[in-house]
Amino acid sequence: MEILSTLPPELIRMVFAAIIIISFIFLNAVMMGYLERKIAGHVQRRPGPMEVGFHGILQLIVDGVKLVAKELLVPVNVDRTLFRLAPILSFTPVILPLLVIPFSEKLQARDLHLGLVFIVSMTSINVMALVVGGWGSNNKYSMFGAMRAVAQSIAYEIPILLSMLAVILMANTFSLKEIVGAQQKIWFILLQPLAFIIYIISGVAETNRAPFDLPEAESELTAGFHTEYSGMGFSLFFLGEYTNMFTVASVATVLFLGGWHGPPLPYGEYLGIVWFFLKVYFLLFFMIMIRWTYPRVRFDQLLNFAWKYLVPFSLANILITAVVIKL
Amino acid sequence: MRESTVQEHNRFFLNMGPQHPSTHGVLLVVLEMDGEYVLDPQPVLGFIHRMHEKIGESRPCQGFMPNTARMDYVCALPYNHGYVSLIEKKAGIEVPERAEYIRVITSELNRVASHLLWLGAYLLDLGAFTPILYGFDDREHILDILEDITGSRLTYCYYRFGGVYQDIDDRFVESTRAFIKRLRKRYDIYEKLVTKNIIFIKRTENIGIISPGMAIRYGITGPNLRGSGIAYDIRKKEPYSVYPEFDFEVPVGERGDCLDRYMVRVREMEQSLRIIEQALDNLPDGPVRSKVPKNIKLTPGDCNFAVEAARGELSYYLVGDGTGVPYRLKIRVPSYSNLSCLPELGQGILLPDLVSIMGSLDLVIPEIDR
Repeated sequence: MEILSTLPPELIRMVFAAIIIISFIFLNAVMMGYLERKIAGHVQRRPGPMEVGFHGILQLIVDGVKLVAKELLVPVNVDRTLFRLAPILSFTPVILPLLVIPFSEKLQARDLHLGLVFIVSMTSINVMALVVGGWGSNNKYSMFGAMRAVAQSIAYEIPILLSMLAVILMANTFSLKEIVGAQQKIWFILLQPLAFIIYIISGVAETNRAPFDLPEAESELTAGFHTEYSGMGFSLFFLGEYTNMFTVASVATVLFLGGWHGPPLPYGEYLGIVWFFLKVYFLLFFMIMIRWTYPRVRFDQLLNFAWKYLVPFSLANILITAVVIKL
Repeated sequence: MRESTVQEHNRFFLNMGPQHPSTHGVLLVVLEMDGEYVLDPQPVLGFIHRMHEKIGESRPCQGFMPNTARMDYVCALPYNHGYVSLIEKKAGIEVPERAEYIRVITSELNRVASHLLWLGAYLLDLGAFTPILYGFDDREHILDILEDITGSRLTYCYYRFGGVYQDIDDRFVESTRAFIKRLRKRYDIYEKLVTKNIIFIKRTENIGIISPGMAIRYGITGPNLRGSGIAYDIRKKEPYSVYPEFDFEVPVGERGDCLDRYMVRVREMEQSLRIIEQALDNLPDGPVRSKVPKNIKLTPGDCNFAVEAARGELSYYLVGDGTGVPYRLKIRVPSYSNLSCLPELGQGILLPDLVSIMGSLDLVIPEIDR
């Protein structure tokens, strides 16, 4: 304890927050995996996991043990360094955005002035992982997946940024905490419905979820960029995907759904996290429902949709927002 | 992609299959590609060739019955039907009317099961996970009904020369009627989930257009041909069994694209249900099996018999030499011809479209390889 008191308190706080966030990421992946399989089951008129534990709640833990216990397989003739690097590259940057997300008024690791920019830059590293993995796998299908991931990521980051910009114009700040603070009276989803819709569509595409799961389209590309991965390599991609979904949903909650705001609770500055999580998981539920309902779009349709509809609409939205604010 | 603009060094080969999720079996398609564009898809067959025709030529004709169900395992009863009808025609065996009714009922049930499985598998090819489980849910009822009377769930050996193995009972009639009612209620779900789904329409409309001329050139039959607007159905054009007694339509498409082929199959399910209903209403009494000599002698000379399987025209050709063993047995399976148009259809399209087209052709690989 002697040493602890000599360290700057801010550093201790950050380490503490990082540990909590990393453990939460694993918990979130387990919950999301369970939710996904249960919801998929009920959508498809079957019970989903039922065997391990009550209604299969331990299924994902058992799966995790299986994945960890698997041999780390590296196929012949692959670029070993890149092949090993890709899952780590996919998993590491998705932790960082959670550091700046305000879960409640007081539960936030760090309130950066450019929090939103930080999140956008961190989430876009993810595509690098797909490219590295796809290239390193020495497999044509993986390569296809990687190339698709790049084009898709470029196409959909622009509408995401533009729809964020509309909110930034309204709140007049990049800080996530202040954006939530600006929604004290009215949530931005009511003032910016178009931006919200654009953000959610692009967010689904950004996380490579069906119907925009082209980099891993398994009926076309067997499994796309992670064809050659098994065991922990695969599960890190998997963790990355679920955490990315959580980030996208959190940002949507912060920007449009009023963050921690809700009916008042005791210790509101901390317990606001309840409202925050309810909103986030509602959005995640929505994303899971989409995945199990729709077929996959074709690649050119995906890009056309981004460039011909989402980008112009979000530009128009910004223009209107700016004019209205100026008036 | 216009071939002239493609530079030689940009081309590469991609092996789609024999273990690929959307070739539905051990089919290998060697794709010559330029980026995501397919320039020349060439199917490579023969991975599960089991010499069914040769087996048919090496044993008495009764012994070949179980093999008929193992070619197209998704829709096995029409294969049974074609073979027993061929031998009956060749050896001059009379079939009781009740047996023919039962054959039609079970064959049509099998056709509906096949189309349901296809619907699910096709949507799975397009990336939708849910419809296949809905399809399996409905198909399960048919399999249960057929299991009750035939004893097997997939590779049926139910028909016999001169009739069927056993009579149907009240439970069969009841559960079949219940199933018809059930499936008609489910159309609505399929329509909402699939047929009106905008992404589904975008993925199938004007994709893989087979013109009527092209369809005839390649010998395409079944729903694939009818999707191109040609109302050719063996049940109508060369009526066999008791099909002429039933009132049913032959649905046809207009453009010959994947969506038309889908719609034809969906509408065919309803027509099959109509046939089953009429057959159950008018089911005659009587025996289900006639007296057949123990050793069937196949008279010298050839003989052909065609039936409408779920995938198209299935035709058995047999040459007898006076013994009980066929001298020559040739089976013309629909999927083989249906697949043969793929190299022409798949030129210069995107890889996802190729998957969509191959799915819409409803290929069953063990049937192609036999």
